[in-house]
Amino acid sequence: MNPNQSVWSLLSYGDQGFSDELLHGLWLTIQISVCTYIVGFCFGLAGAGMKLSGKRWLMRIGDLYTTIIRALPELLLLFLLYYAGTDMVKGILVYLHLAGDDFQIDAFPAAVMALGFILGAYMTEVLRGAILAVPKGQIEAARAYGMHFGLRFRRVLFPQMMRYATGGMGNLWLNTTKDSALIVVLGSLPELLSATRTAAAATKDYAFFFFVGGCLYLLITVTSMIIQARVEKRLNRGYRRG
Amino acid sequence: MADLLDGIQYLVTVALPYLFTAIPVTLELTLISGVVGNLLALPIAVARTSRNPLLWIPAYCYILVMRGTPLLVQLFFIYYGVGSLLPVDWVRHSWLSPYLRQAFWYAVVAFSLNTAGYTGEILRVGLNAVPHGEIEAGRAFGMTPWLIFWRITLPRAIRIQLPTMTGEAILLLKATSLASTITVFDIMGVREDLFAQSFRTYSPLLGAAIIYITLVFLFTRVLYWVERHLNKDRLTPVSVVLPTATP
Repeated sequence: MNPNQSVWSLLSYGDQGFSDELLHGLWLTIQISVCTYIVGFCFGLAGAGMKLSGKRWLMRIGDLYTTIIRALPELLLLFLLYYAGTDMVKGILVYLHLAGDDFQIDAFPAAVMALGFILGAYMTEVLRGAILAVPKGQIEAARAYGMHFGLRFRRVLFPQMMRYATGGMGNLWLNTTKDSALIVVLGSLPELLSATRTAAAATKDYAFFFFVGGCLYLLITVTSMIIQARVEKRLNRGYRRG
Repeated sequence: MADLLDGIQYLVTVALPYLFTAIPVTLELTLISGVVGNLLALPIAVARTSRNPLLWIPAYCYILVMRGTPLLVQLFFIYYGVGSLLPVDWVRHSWLSPYLRQAFWYAVVAFSLNTAGYTGEILRVGLNAVPHGEIEAGRAFGMTPWLIFWRITLPRAIRIQLPTMTGEAILLLKATSLASTITVFDIMGVREDLFAQSFRTYSPLLGAAIIYITLVFLFTRVLYWVERHLNKDRLTPVSVVLPTATP
């Protein structure tokens, strides 16, 4: 680097600076987080459903899922699920002659599924608590009206449980954006931390770039907190405060 | 099938014995960072509950930054960033140099600062949750504000937040696995070494998973015991206490 230039010129847009790389990383991190959150929510709903099903073997699977996932470090799980997931899908496709031996699974869906599966275990606990918080009489009343399961879920359980789940789910969203940074260890996706590390290694300005990367993550967090406060307010409309 | 048996044999004879040697590193990381982080959390929480903007605004920002950015970014910032900012000569010759050369101590600093942010927020909630009557009672006894803080507010805050704080300790134990990304040979670091030696993916990962699960469950047991010991009064069923309590 030219010593007369300030470090800020490293943030110019285009070939000279790293702003475009960092912003692409930021955008990819947001995409990964949103997809992970949706996948995690589905796993969480399934897990909560299993845990509250009343069927012993389903409850046991649900317990095993949440206990094991929550007891292991996310880093280890990411490695395990990423490799196991891609190997398994590839194995099935090759076995069915749908793909050749040189078939490669895209890193994006593989990472999202792995992170989503991890998030699902934490989501299970949040949603289970939220479902239990909905007064039982309301479900019974819906059943008495002859509503079938889908309708009961859509019209009675879901809108009310989401009100109780927002706090926990908001925290999990923030965790998801932060956990997406773990993808850097896989070295296959240029998300925000990977882009930051590439820029830092190329210029040797480690402190500067990790500081800028940190600021961008903080930007996601603060924006999310503002949105979360709005969502919470909206979901609680129609309920007396205090 | 032969692959599976081979993998199990490797797991038991090579991977697990090697991984066992890394358990002390993971425990040291957890304990040192936990103790330092909790000690740092105390002034942060007190500053956060202060009405003086010169105290609460910095504390608020500190907690926001620690909780709002990934731990991995903080770790990289401290290891690569701060490490590269220190003058080379000073690093080589100062009395701190044995520590500054080891990634382990950078990890300890990062985990301590991070835990301090999370626990600071937990303690803040606890400090605010202490019933006002108890503080008034202390004042009525003529206790100084200093004495009230150490004898009433702080012990009560810790006991109120104990379940959350033990949860935080488990999270710290799991988070120390990130130290492997800056070349610390903790359990995950040894896992990486095993992978580099044998090109096996699953045996080292499963071995590490077995050890982490065992550690987390033992840790939970110990913390649960501590919790019960400290919160004896609250866990005792009311019906048992009442008859003996009336003289």
